[in-house]
Amino acid sequence: MTLYILRTLLKMVLTLFAIITLVFFATRMSGSPLDTALGDGLSAEDRALMIEYFGLDRSIWHQYLAYLRGILEGNFGLSFIERRPVADIVAERIWPTLQLLGSALALTLVVSVPLGVVAALWRDSWIGSAVMGLAFIGYAVPNFVIATFMVLIFAFWLNWLPVVGNGSPWHFIMPTIAMSGVLIAALTRFTRNAMLDVLGQDFMRTARAKGLPETIVILKHGLRNAGVTVLSVLGLQIAGMAAAGNVVVEAIFSWPGIGELLVSAAIMRDYPVLQFGVISVAFAVVVINALTDIAYVVADPRIRMAKG
Amino acid sequence: MLDAPVLSIKSLTVAFGSHTAVRDLSFDIHAGETLALVGESGSGKSATALSVMRLIEREGGRITAGQIRLGAQAPIDLAQLSDRGMQAHRGNRISMIFQEPMTSLNPVMRIGEQLGEVLRRHQGMGRAEARIAAERALDQVRIPDPARRLDQYPHELSGGLRQRVMIAIALACRPDVLIADEPTTALDVTTQAEVLKLLKSLQQEIGMAILFITHDMGVVAEIADRVVVMRHGNTEEVAYTGALFKAPQSQYARDLMAATPKLGLSPLRSQVSSAEPVLKVEGLSKSFVRNGGFLKAKVKVPAVKDVSFEIRPGETLGLVGESGCGKSTLSRTLMRLIEPDAGRVILAGRELTGLGTQALQQARADVQMVFQDPFASLNPRMKVRDLITEPAYLHSGLKGAARTALASDLLEMVTLDASAADRYPHQFSGGQRQRLCLARALSVSPKVIVADEAVSALDVSTAARVTALMQDLQEKLGIAFLFISHDIAVVERVSHRIAVMYRGEIVETGETAQVLRSPHHPYTKRLLSAVPSPLPQRPSRANLHLPSKNALALADGSN
Repeated sequence: MTLYILRTLLKMVLTLFAIITLVFFATRMSGSPLDTALGDGLSAEDRALMIEYFGLDRSIWHQYLAYLRGILEGNFGLSFIERRPVADIVAERIWPTLQLLGSALALTLVVSVPLGVVAALWRDSWIGSAVMGLAFIGYAVPNFVIATFMVLIFAFWLNWLPVVGNGSPWHFIMPTIAMSGVLIAALTRFTRNAMLDVLGQDFMRTARAKGLPETIVILKHGLRNAGVTVLSVLGLQIAGMAAAGNVVVEAIFSWPGIGELLVSAAIMRDYPVLQFGVISVAFAVVVINALTDIAYVVADPRIRMAKG
Repeated sequence: MLDAPVLSIKSLTVAFGSHTAVRDLSFDIHAGETLALVGESGSGKSATALSVMRLIEREGGRITAGQIRLGAQAPIDLAQLSDRGMQAHRGNRISMIFQEPMTSLNPVMRIGEQLGEVLRRHQGMGRAEARIAAERALDQVRIPDPARRLDQYPHELSGGLRQRVMIAIALACRPDVLIADEPTTALDVTTQAEVLKLLKSLQQEIGMAILFITHDMGVVAEIADRVVVMRHGNTEEVAYTGALFKAPQSQYARDLMAATPKLGLSPLRSQVSSAEPVLKVEGLSKSFVRNGGFLKAKVKVPAVKDVSFEIRPGETLGLVGESGCGKSTLSRTLMRLIEPDAGRVILAGRELTGLGTQALQQARADVQMVFQDPFASLNPRMKVRDLITEPAYLHSGLKGAARTALASDLLEMVTLDASAADRYPHQFSGGQRQRLCLARALSVSPKVIVADEAVSALDVSTAARVTALMQDLQEKLGIAFLFISHDIAVVERVSHRIAVMYRGEIVETGETAQVLRSPHHPYTKRLLSAVPSPLPQRPSRANLHLPSKNALALADGSN
């Protein structure tokens, strides 16, 4: 078990290194920061100073190595625009993003697991079809469409909910729903399929033969087994949500999180911020995946054995 | 005068949709008595068991008529109970064990929890109390080290141990009736013997009635006091076990008894004249490498160790062994479907080991395989004509009219109608499909056929017909068979010679009569004494020679 965790950590470090490299070169290929960020507002003198300070006139390999050295020393660079450490800028943005992710995850679990079970149990009736139909629609509609319509209806027409920022609990409602829409759809389907697999298993018949009531048979014996499968998918889904979903949703609702930061940094070509922002998200994705792997092993005794 | 029966079935009729699975079935079982429900697949015996548990509704069936009365005093009719009402009795007064010990336990729950659950539900025990009772229950089914087992998961136990856990769960509340649905069919014969012995002694301790469902007449003779023989949902005969074996009254029971291979009673096949062997295997070995994990050395697990044997033309060598002994690896290795680590395979004078890909492909025409599962080993999307002639097409490019002609010849050989050529595999029964597999093997006129558990999935009467067909073809065509099976009684019936395999090695080989009548190796002796014998006059199990596993390990020098 310990070895398994060590191995997972080692894989994490390698993945992060690959991502850092990729992000570094990808941002450099998108054009020079001098064109926008440093713009026309700077005097020739300041401009030369900036180039000197950020090493923008050196070769790209030199910049890359300098960047790597900086990371190892815990120095992720200064923002071109704000002229302060990017770590500070990103740190301010992490908490709102985590809050949003957390509430979206909670909503997803609370809605999709029961729906999936219901869809499996009543698979032959209209209830099952209705749930699966909704899931299908939810899966097909992108989150920015859901977000836009919600803003239109609940903010502009009905004037019930606030749109911009994260000032109150009310502010959470629309972004959370927009973030979790696709996830709920996906997880409902996974839960249903995992549950259908389990329902036909011999041990479910054994559980009934013991005289257990149907609710216990389904929730204890059934869901516990289906849960293992669902768990394996959940990690990937959350990781996807952290990486992609929040960029769009945060931008739409002006949520002061990492996603919104990334969008503005990309427009301004603020490399240090963009790089560190992407690396932070990648780090989160990698950590979530590693945690899921470990949780999966802990949840399923058969795998726990095999992995030692 | 007997007491009132503890379970009384009256005119039970069970239907799946418009199909009647059980028709007008009646029987009684008394406390301490074992009644066997015997029949081939589709006879309605499992439907009966599930109806008594009222789990039949879950499988899509329903009880259309009849009574299921439980209890000697003030019996209740289970057929009339609601599901909720039934829950109080299931696992409590009436419980059930199933065929598949590997899948019947919940894989993500600890043994102690799965056992304790029944006690907490039906006896109102608390967690701690249930744990103590669970340990006692495991001890009662003779599971060694019960305290440690409580915290283990099912996959950590062997099949035999898992079935003991199932029995412990079923008997935890000391039921009036235990239903055992083919509880030993998935187990090795030595494990089966242990489980049957255990059930008997528990019956003496607890005094429950057992409704024992099986297709195996040997097991019936071993365990039952009375027998109900079923066929296509109808009751063919109800009799005391001794009477049934001595003088079956119904035609079907007589046929069933005749089809059942009886160890020690089959006429022995006369030895074939000594000719140059068509298949020679010398020192064949194969190990599998298991990943030891991160920073751990890889572990070599030997599956076949230094195996040598010969088969002459027209001869059948029976290869006997229990699951995991390496039989299937051996058969695949000698066809080079798996590459051997060492040793030689010489087929019709040509050494297979060391042949290049193309030469090997040609050589394989001389040795064909028939597998266990007739449902999985035929491509469902191919017509029979193409299926059974495919090897001939692959080996010699046979096409058109010649291929059609070959197909009808082959069908005639395996006694199937020529019209079968235009049909698809799903339109045939298990026995017919196994004939198709045989026809396919014959299409390239092989010198050797490897039959890997080829009749194990078939009913006894079907299996008897398929093995008879194999013998016919062998006598006509002079084919050599390597007949691999876990069922010694079947092997006795078909083999000229027998090789016994244990832990990857052939521990004993010789003529059928010699190996079965005067075995030398302790493992062979143990195997033979564990086979349930379908004979009315049988020695009691206690007198049988069952050396312990440790004694065996010492005897064969390994471990």
